[in-house]
Amino acid sequence: MPFGNTHNQLKMNYIAEQEYPDLSQHNNHMAKVLTLEMYANLRDKQTPSGFTVDDVIQTGVDNPGHPFIMTVGCVAGDEETYEVFKDLLDPIIEDRHGGYKPTDKHKTDLNPDNLQGGDDLDPNYVLSSRVRTGRSIRGFCLPPHCSRGERRAIEGLSVEALGALDGDLKGKYYALKDMTEEEQQQLIDDHFLFDKPVSPLLLASGMARDWPDGRGIWHNDNKTFLVWVNEEDHLRVISMQKGGNMKEVFTRFCTGLTKIEELFKEKGHEFMWNEHLGYVLTCPSNLGTGLRGGVHVKLPNLSKHEKFGEILKRLRLQKRGTGGVDTAAVGGIFDISNADRLGFSEVELVQMVVDGVKLLVEMEKRLEAGQSINDLMPEQK
Amino acid sequence: MASSFARILSSKRKVGIWSLVGAGSLTVGFFLNREQHVNAGAHVRRIYPASAEYPDLRKHNNCMASHLTPAVYAKLCDKTTPNGYTLDLAIQTGVDNPGHPFIKTVGMVAGDEESYEVFADIFNSVIRERHNGYDPCNMKHPTDLDSSKIRGGQFDEKYVLSSRVRTGRSIRGLSLPPACTRAERREVERVVIDALAGLKGDLAGKYYSLTLMNEQEQQQLIDDHFLFDKPVSPLLTCAGMARDWPDARGIWHNNEKTFLVWVNEEDHTRVISMEKGGNMKRVFERFCRGLQEVERLIQEKGWEFMWNERLGYILTCPSNLGTGLRAGVHVTLPRLSKDPRFPKILDNLRLQKRGTGGVDTAAVGNTFDISNLDRLGQSEVQLVQTVIDGVNYLIECEKKLERGQDVKIPAPISQFK
Repeated sequence: MPFGNTHNQLKMNYIAEQEYPDLSQHNNHMAKVLTLEMYANLRDKQTPSGFTVDDVIQTGVDNPGHPFIMTVGCVAGDEETYEVFKDLLDPIIEDRHGGYKPTDKHKTDLNPDNLQGGDDLDPNYVLSSRVRTGRSIRGFCLPPHCSRGERRAIEGLSVEALGALDGDLKGKYYALKDMTEEEQQQLIDDHFLFDKPVSPLLLASGMARDWPDGRGIWHNDNKTFLVWVNEEDHLRVISMQKGGNMKEVFTRFCTGLTKIEELFKEKGHEFMWNEHLGYVLTCPSNLGTGLRGGVHVKLPNLSKHEKFGEILKRLRLQKRGTGGVDTAAVGGIFDISNADRLGFSEVELVQMVVDGVKLLVEMEKRLEAGQSINDLMPEQK
Repeated sequence: MASSFARILSSKRKVGIWSLVGAGSLTVGFFLNREQHVNAGAHVRRIYPASAEYPDLRKHNNCMASHLTPAVYAKLCDKTTPNGYTLDLAIQTGVDNPGHPFIKTVGMVAGDEESYEVFADIFNSVIRERHNGYDPCNMKHPTDLDSSKIRGGQFDEKYVLSSRVRTGRSIRGLSLPPACTRAERREVERVVIDALAGLKGDLAGKYYSLTLMNEQEQQQLIDDHFLFDKPVSPLLTCAGMARDWPDARGIWHNNEKTFLVWVNEEDHTRVISMEKGGNMKRVFERFCRGLQEVERLIQEKGWEFMWNERLGYILTCPSNLGTGLRAGVHVTLPRLSKDPRFPKILDNLRLQKRGTGGVDTAAVGNTFDISNLDRLGQSEVQLVQTVIDGVNYLIECEKKLERGQDVKIPAPISQFK
């Protein structure tokens, strides 16, 4: 049960077999890993804030998954979840993040100077560039488990920190529950407004409780740096702009994040981070960098090529529709972004996007001209 | 521990403690275990004061929001039931669903039988509002399942297409759908289908588990309009009732398809007696007989229904306390339904109209679902009699209008008898 663990002790009146979920119809990472034996070992444990294994897996039990799309099927309620339930989460992390081992170390690199190039993606093809990540404030429970008081405290701290940003990062916070009609319409027109989650994957984990209390959107006056407060994570940080200057987007991203982190530290707070998992977020799929760097790019010819999927795979990129995850491409325009999150640094991932998209655009131009792209086929990164 | 046993002993069906120990030693053991694990009233984890946790209810229009003042919240927010259910859990659905300006929802649920006591300060206010002034503090709820007391009950089938009576029952000792664990839910299923398997004669039937049903069975249940689906209403999903779907959910019905039990949907059980046509007396007779037989069968195994003399039968939603009974008909009233006095006539007869798809649906053609408004404060027999008398009156009005005569708004019938 999200928040309020005292109830969970009732389960101990039954043996593990009686409580073990029926996962026979399920296809998600949690269902692949959670044996009866593992469940029996973990069921009497809880994190210091009272998050239990049943809380971790509820979303995966309620959402059996799809034969083609492998969802994660579990969430963290706090930072300690990843430690207390490592027997369950380590194998899931390994499977989801390309073989990342429990002993591996994750490198964080937010120095934009280390990015080579990236300022010259052809704007005739690359319509927009964007980098996003998430951050969690250490010492607070995560969205599936936090109380109203905690969520409001997270909002308060975040608004205070963001309020101290200046220069081209100076901006304003719009609380979801206090927004006027005009503000709401403007945010919708800017494609900034996020709505109450409707995905059962999120709802089943308890993330949408008390909506819209404690939720809001902050953005700078230039509308190129945006922060979501208390949606799927404590903070989602987004840097974006039209055109193909990913270098500028990434530079602003790094500068902004670093400044925000400093501001939090001044008030005695830090982000959840460790050298094994990198930045700690609600969903295990977003561990490490939590970074998705991508572009909206026109690839009408290449996208029809039989090797399109293979090319993306080798470049360690993934495609989505322009509405984001689980949407279809419209008019040959794709959202192309890095497939990885953990085990590569921020610079490395954005470099892959920059280099990869450059190649994709070159291939598109060749196909437009009726030429072959065989000599351009990349090696597996 | 003492309080649990006291509750069993004081229930209106005096189940001897020895029969509990004998046949129901599992139950007794369960109670003993439970008290040892969790202290009633144990404090919950709270880092923030009540004022920082109090929900923002300014845009809300539901019974919970109307009565949950900061003072009441502060008094109750650190309490838990013996099972560990908290106020925040009880009100979550009302916080997440602000409500509608026209339709006032309840806005809170019970996670177990004790919720109604531990959080009485808020539940009692909600109950008083929702049940039109019934005061749990100083009133008693009458239970009467003696169908022989019904007068009349055979409607004119030119107007009444079908008749139906439904209620719910909860198994004492097991948490309710918002709070139950998977094992508890499976135990509810086991206890109930074990009892239903003991039904004989016209009540003999079969159970269809939602997890195991095959395609043909599913299609048949859909064609019979028996199949219930995973709840989509946020009122229910926000309360946690759809967790682990479809584990331990199912439908039982008798071979004649006139007596139906839903297992682990919004309540432990929903019991429905129905048939085409206007023989409400027979529908209610079967309803009472079936319920009493099921109760006898679970008592043989040491179980009983949640019930007390303040609140009657205990169900998940406060709106279903008392009898939990909705008795109704599908009736065609082409002229009366267009008369501007129709709502007032219904109101005075203490009836409500719904569309033929059930709650929150619109009427199709001129056919309405007409049923009793009240649930708590009157007995089953009284409520069904109210429906019978009321529907007869509506049919008389319709016939009068057919003949070109005028109709009269009846005097309002008294609510608590």
